[in-house]
Amino acid sequence: MPDVSITGEGVGKSYGTTTALKGLDFSVNKGEIFGFIGPDGAGKTTLFRILTTLLLPGSGKVSVEGYDVVKDYRILRRILGYMPGKFSLYHDLSVEENLRFFAGIFGVDVHENYHLVKDIYSQIEPFAKRRAGKLSGGMKQKLALSCALIHKPVVLVLDEPTTGVDAVSRREFWEMLLRLKSGGITIVVSTPYMDEAMRCDRVALMQQGSIMTTGTPQEIIAAFPRKIYRIKGSGILDILRLTRNMKYIRSAELFGDAVHISTENTDQAPTAGEISQYLSAQGLSGHTIKEVVAGIEDCFIDRMKQQPDKHE
Amino acid sequence: MKRFIIKEFLHIFRDVRTMLILFGMPLVQVLLFGFAITNEIRDARVAVVDAVPDVATKDIRNKLFASGYFTGGEILAGQHEIDERFRQGDIKMVVVFEPEFAQKLERGENPIVQLIADASDPNAANLLVNYATGIINAYNRSIGYGMQPAVIAEPRMLYNPSLKGVYMFVPGIITILLMLVSAMMTSISIAREKETGTMEVLLVSPLKPFSIILGKVTPYVVLSFINAVSILLMSYYVFGVPVKGSLLLLLAESILFILLALSLGIFISTVANNQQTAMMLSMFALMLPTILLSGFIFPIENMPEVLQWISLLMPPRWFIVIIKSIMLKGAGFAYFWQETLILLAMTGVFILASIRKFKIRLD
Amino acid sequence: MNEAEEKNGKVIEAVELVKRFGNFVANDRLTFSVQRGEIFGFLGANGAGKTTAMRILCGLSKPTSGKIRVAGYDVYTQSEKIKQRIGYMSQRFSLYEDLTVWENFRFFGGIYRMKSALIRERADRMLGRLGILELRDTVIASLPPGIRQKLAFSIAILHEPEIVFLDEPTGGVDPVTRRQFWEMIYEAAASGITVFVTTHYMDEAEYCNRISIMVDGKIEALDTPEQLKKTYNAGSMNDVFLKLARRNEEQKKE
Repeated sequence: MPDVSITGEGVGKSYGTTTALKGLDFSVNKGEIFGFIGPDGAGKTTLFRILTTLLLPGSGKVSVEGYDVVKDYRILRRILGYMPGKFSLYHDLSVEENLRFFAGIFGVDVHENYHLVKDIYSQIEPFAKRRAGKLSGGMKQKLALSCALIHKPVVLVLDEPTTGVDAVSRREFWEMLLRLKSGGITIVVSTPYMDEAMRCDRVALMQQGSIMTTGTPQEIIAAFPRKIYRIKGSGILDILRLTRNMKYIRSAELFGDAVHISTENTDQAPTAGEISQYLSAQGLSGHTIKEVVAGIEDCFIDRMKQQPDKHE
Repeated sequence: MKRFIIKEFLHIFRDVRTMLILFGMPLVQVLLFGFAITNEIRDARVAVVDAVPDVATKDIRNKLFASGYFTGGEILAGQHEIDERFRQGDIKMVVVFEPEFAQKLERGENPIVQLIADASDPNAANLLVNYATGIINAYNRSIGYGMQPAVIAEPRMLYNPSLKGVYMFVPGIITILLMLVSAMMTSISIAREKETGTMEVLLVSPLKPFSIILGKVTPYVVLSFINAVSILLMSYYVFGVPVKGSLLLLLAESILFILLALSLGIFISTVANNQQTAMMLSMFALMLPTILLSGFIFPIENMPEVLQWISLLMPPRWFIVIIKSIMLKGAGFAYFWQETLILLAMTGVFILASIRKFKIRLD
Repeated sequence: MNEAEEKNGKVIEAVELVKRFGNFVANDRLTFSVQRGEIFGFLGANGAGKTTAMRILCGLSKPTSGKIRVAGYDVYTQSEKIKQRIGYMSQRFSLYEDLTVWENFRFFGGIYRMKSALIRERADRMLGRLGILELRDTVIASLPPGIRQKLAFSIAILHEPEIVFLDEPTGGVDPVTRRQFWEMIYEAAASGITVFVTTHYMDEAEYCNRISIMVDGKIEALDTPEQLKKTYNAGSMNDVFLKLARRNEEQKKE
């Protein structure tokens, strides 16, 4: 059994009549990168605010490093590093003033703890005098991360750190997280981007306030119970329409300029050849079809469709 | 703590709008009020009722209209026309001479010149009457009566007999500005942290609510105090408004009022989640009542009873009494210890309320 | 459709588009064209110059130089005509949240001087297709983000524009809703509406017919997603973008 850093049991939260979290159970191991993956409105931010003692859970229990988020919030606020969704920086302060301020409120000295953030901060150090508001998305993200790390937190909580950041910065950001992880820190991260799930040690797929599944990305993909066929060709709308009418087709969805079809788990389900024949018979020729391995996004869509109270 | 205060100062100094409100507005307001109120009146239209003109009345009329303050000099048919002409609004004052003016003067009977002014513009009326009185007094001296006036100028203010509130502009402006700067600026600056999300990070840090509040208000205490002092200096040097009482006492009371306004500001920010709400709340909950109900512009005793009761709850009302007593009357602490006590109690209530209401979590 | 456009089927045509702000070159000699009914992706990092270029195409801002025609009209002199023929939707602003679905339709239809009867007819048809006719009198604020997004798009094409500009339309929605949204876009394109999408999310690019990738104010690549992946020997559009950005960095160093 690995050491556990965070556990949640039946964590629920409502705002008025809307339920943001519907009784979540999860546990995060020490020293791993754990991702909560889900779209806007899945409840990620609410959950993270509960983890960071900013919100009281409506029901259930959450403990971080053995401390209760309700009772022991004072202790937790010393050992948590938190980066909220909007890169909470002071835009009218310079890069170094921000770092100094955030060190100050945790009562630590920038020089003493510089080694903790050196890797990341050195990349933006050339702009130390620049106002944080004038930085690019990627640089803001690095500064916010430096500010969240300067007091040597035991657990780092990152709420959608890659939203609004370009592809290059996103990639660099995940590399930084991997390096941090090797230093032993526990990282909890949320993202609406399915592709980022693959970067995490373990993930929880979230949708409308519930966790649909938890596991390593590989486990989740391996557990995908169906075959997936990828069809490309002209007349994509016709392909969608026709395949959705076929029997034993569970779903047909756009994936970029192709269609992914997942079939029901029975012997009667059509094979690639049969689907292709059917399309040709309907006058759609010139398409290609092949079986592909499911991605996290296929898994997510499949799980969503299993949900009884599915979207809309 | 130190870092917090430094950061707060940086926010203030880097924001042009904040700086303008902090330092530009006091300057503009003092100058505006000061000049608007003390501005000399020239060429005001004045009419005359002189039923039986004689040497003395002509002499006085000549002196009045040669002064440069008054023009016109139209002779009305009698007292009954005065009201009508005021209503038309083209004249500002009427000078009424008693009949048999010169004869009475010669007999040593002290004839009367009535100065009837349109005090719907109280400030102008006051000035006109003062000028006219001055000119008549000069006439007195010139005909050799010296200390004992021969002609008696009898001013009558129509429409607003008491003329209150005109001299109060300096105390009033200090009150308004301290309220505005302290309450509005703190509430906005806290609301801004909520809006940008930095408040989340502050809350997740080990900082205690008290430290956050203290860090937020300290810069504004300092800046508001500087503001109060500079308004006093400016009104003394530019407009000659004196501080008759103890300056030290005045500054001490100002600090008390600043603290009160700041705690109000923090209280507002516990309710407002964004800068816009904070701004609106400060405007409507603080600014307008301060201006309208504190007795700064409209005398409290002229208000309907309900508003008089409400005005009891307005901190500025009490502060204006205090500051007026010190500045204009030169009164000592004994005269307004009650008002001071009320302010102290209010401050206590708001500080307690805002510390209690200041959330250690989001909601 | 006017004559100039009818000749070549190009709905947007930009030749050497340049936009300068002082010394800063936001758009550096952009040359591209978009065909009728095409879904054209306009990609780039934040600050690469996408928004500037899109504003010019929408007739909101004048270019410094270059020859640009949109819907057959000249952006320098005929921006009012252009505005009548385009639709616009962004994630930041699209619908009035305190108005009902129908009130939003009526307002935006009114902007384009559509007759009430026509607005009603099209609104009912669109709501019917989305299967949300019963939400006609619901206030927008109480609708889930997925539905709002579909409504926003419906309203953007309510007046049947020749081109619809979508400014980062689908950030943060769930994968199923996102696909439904793209299906709507495909349907619009099939009906002849040209779709111009700006985004910095590379996975959106996979849905486009053709893509231009902007880096530092220049168009660095322009092709179909398929071809781009082949050219740059990359598995996804994300990798294409990373390779382009890296190449650009190296060029800068030299």
